[in-house]
Amino acid sequence: MNKRLINILVPLISIVLGLVIGAIVMAVSGFNPVDGYMALWNGIFMDTYTLGETVRQITPYVFSGLAVAFAFRTGLFNIGVEGQLIMGWLAAAYVGQAFELPAIIHVPLALIAAAVAGALWAFIPGLLKAKLQVHEVIVTIMLNYTALHVANAFIEMISGGGERTDKIHESASLRSEFFESITDYSRMHWGFVLALIAVMVMWFILEKTTRGYELKAVGFNKHASQYAGMNVSKNIILAMVISGAFAGLGGAMEALGTFENMTKLHASTGIGFDGIAVALLGANQPFGVLLGAILFGSLKYGGLNMPSEAGVPTEIVSIVIALIIFFVASGYVIRVALERFGKRKEVK
Amino acid sequence: MKKRKFAFALSGLLALGTILGACGSKDETEEKDTNTGTEETADNFSVAMVTDTGGVDDRSFNQSTWEGIQAFGEENGLEKGDGGIDYLESKSESDYVTNLNNLIRRDFDLIFAVGYALHDAVDEIAGQKPEAQIAIIDEVVDGRDNVASIMFRANEASYLAGVAAALETKSNKIGFIGGMQGAIIGGFQAGFEAGVAAINPDIKVDVEYAESFTDAAKGQQIAKRMYDSGVDIIFHAAGGVGNGLFTEAKERKQKDPNANVWAIGVDRDQYDEGKVNDDTNIVLTSVLKRVDVAAQEVAKLAQEGNFPGGETITYGLKDQGVDLADSRGAITEENLAKIEEYKQQIIDGTVVVPEQPEK
Repeated sequence: MNKRLINILVPLISIVLGLVIGAIVMAVSGFNPVDGYMALWNGIFMDTYTLGETVRQITPYVFSGLAVAFAFRTGLFNIGVEGQLIMGWLAAAYVGQAFELPAIIHVPLALIAAAVAGALWAFIPGLLKAKLQVHEVIVTIMLNYTALHVANAFIEMISGGGERTDKIHESASLRSEFFESITDYSRMHWGFVLALIAVMVMWFILEKTTRGYELKAVGFNKHASQYAGMNVSKNIILAMVISGAFAGLGGAMEALGTFENMTKLHASTGIGFDGIAVALLGANQPFGVLLGAILFGSLKYGGLNMPSEAGVPTEIVSIVIALIIFFVASGYVIRVALERFGKRKEVK
Repeated sequence: MKKRKFAFALSGLLALGTILGACGSKDETEEKDTNTGTEETADNFSVAMVTDTGGVDDRSFNQSTWEGIQAFGEENGLEKGDGGIDYLESKSESDYVTNLNNLIRRDFDLIFAVGYALHDAVDEIAGQKPEAQIAIIDEVVDGRDNVASIMFRANEASYLAGVAAALETKSNKIGFIGGMQGAIIGGFQAGFEAGVAAINPDIKVDVEYAESFTDAAKGQQIAKRMYDSGVDIIFHAAGGVGNGLFTEAKERKQKDPNANVWAIGVDRDQYDEGKVNDDTNIVLTSVLKRVDVAAQEVAKLAQEGNFPGGETITYGLKDQGVDLADSRGAITEENLAKIEEYKQQIIDGTVVVPEQPEK
């Protein structure tokens, strides 16, 4: 089969499948699927406000997706993005409210603090994996809970027993009046530019540097890499730390953009866990992650409008969105199947 | 390879766009029809609410607010939807602003924001949309003329629950499960402890916080530990966490019908949650926070054009904004009379209930 044809067919089939099955779910539950999808569409693209908010929603997903993808590419399964993101959020919120500095220093400082906090939180499982062969999945999962409660305790300490940290100073904020004016007060902020830069950075590290090559090599085959003279444990730790830094920056997006402070969390934010799906959607490629985050974030945000405009309950919305994402992700399966099928024919 | 994937994903997005676009245009006329349908009731005063992450069926104050709004809707012949009554559920903290905005754009005259977690979102939106009227429950938003803050003296009703627990306990061990530590739940704890101490100062209340409002498993775990240690009455002020308490108590009662385990509900009358079978129930009473009454009242005020913007309204025992639920025979007549005495004393002001637990 023609490669180009496959390229066009596979996503078309998978998205249509997702939409159709989603429509069936809505119809069976007694809701009008056309209204539902219309509301979803409006929720994403209706006006500048929803567009701005959609971008806002996408931004942290890019970072959490990159964090997961980076670890995947280096043979590690970082489920702790959630926790690293929370630590980054906390660090950025703290730096944002505790110091008064000119914006040119304050913003970078808060971002660096977030990246370092996320990196430190990921350093622990990296170290344990490298030195003691403790599986990173277990450690990172457990550290998610630890992060949640540590952050809550810190918020209480910083705010003197309150529920939330003070608002960050304006000099640390990523929001801008310009975006507010063109998007009718949406919470869109400069973070999306940083997200794009982060995509470039990850691509550069992995594809253009020796270190990136080593990281990938260790991921492919630890023993071969060691035999080739690479320092395996150092590379494992480094991979986790870079992954954690991306996650921490995702937290900074919430601290410096969306919320401009941090409230005690009752439960995980979900952004870190969704990052796993985003990374898989994007096939662990930096630019793929960007597209995965755009799809994921848009659906998530647009879905909020479905109960409001079409009366579809949030539970059904979750199912419909999950179905669309499921079929887009399984598009790769369809593709592989099609290609295999084509190849076999050629051999014969 | 990379290029191919990029192109593939991009085309996927485009395809999604075109398909959704097609859906959209087909439906536009239909949408307009429904709009004109609701315009007949346009003079009606419309009310909506945004839940916190607990959702509208949390069997707690989100649900209670919605019940109040529904009652208001029934009185005024409003239906669910634009120009009537409606709610939006928030799945994460970042949804609060969006949901509030959504409702304002749909021209609801009054919007309830349920729970202290919505403080920042309300503050932000109220500044951007000065024409909107927002009422926030369980939190005070200062300095906004278009925000009414509704607070409850839950400590007063908790005091009565403490009195009831201390009178009814057989093991002289009483437990308290809190949600997240802080001023709101602190009020419940302080009132409850003071109530227990008023009857029997020797009883020490076993206090544990779940650090969550949703984790029912955690609630069950804490309840199990408390019941195992001999506690026979547990009061929870922890939203969905309390469902774990009810589960644990019901399981114990099911295994052993003579087990002396009781739970005290919160926010709504949680009698239904404690049903073991037709004649057994483990709910002693519930600390009522009549969010429904408050929501209905504030809606009425706003409808009459007297929206209490910029003010803080506090509901206590005196205004029947908080109370104890009907115990349905679980508390003896004699003890009920004693509880009534304390209630009167609080209303008269002879008993002052502490607002925060001693550190």
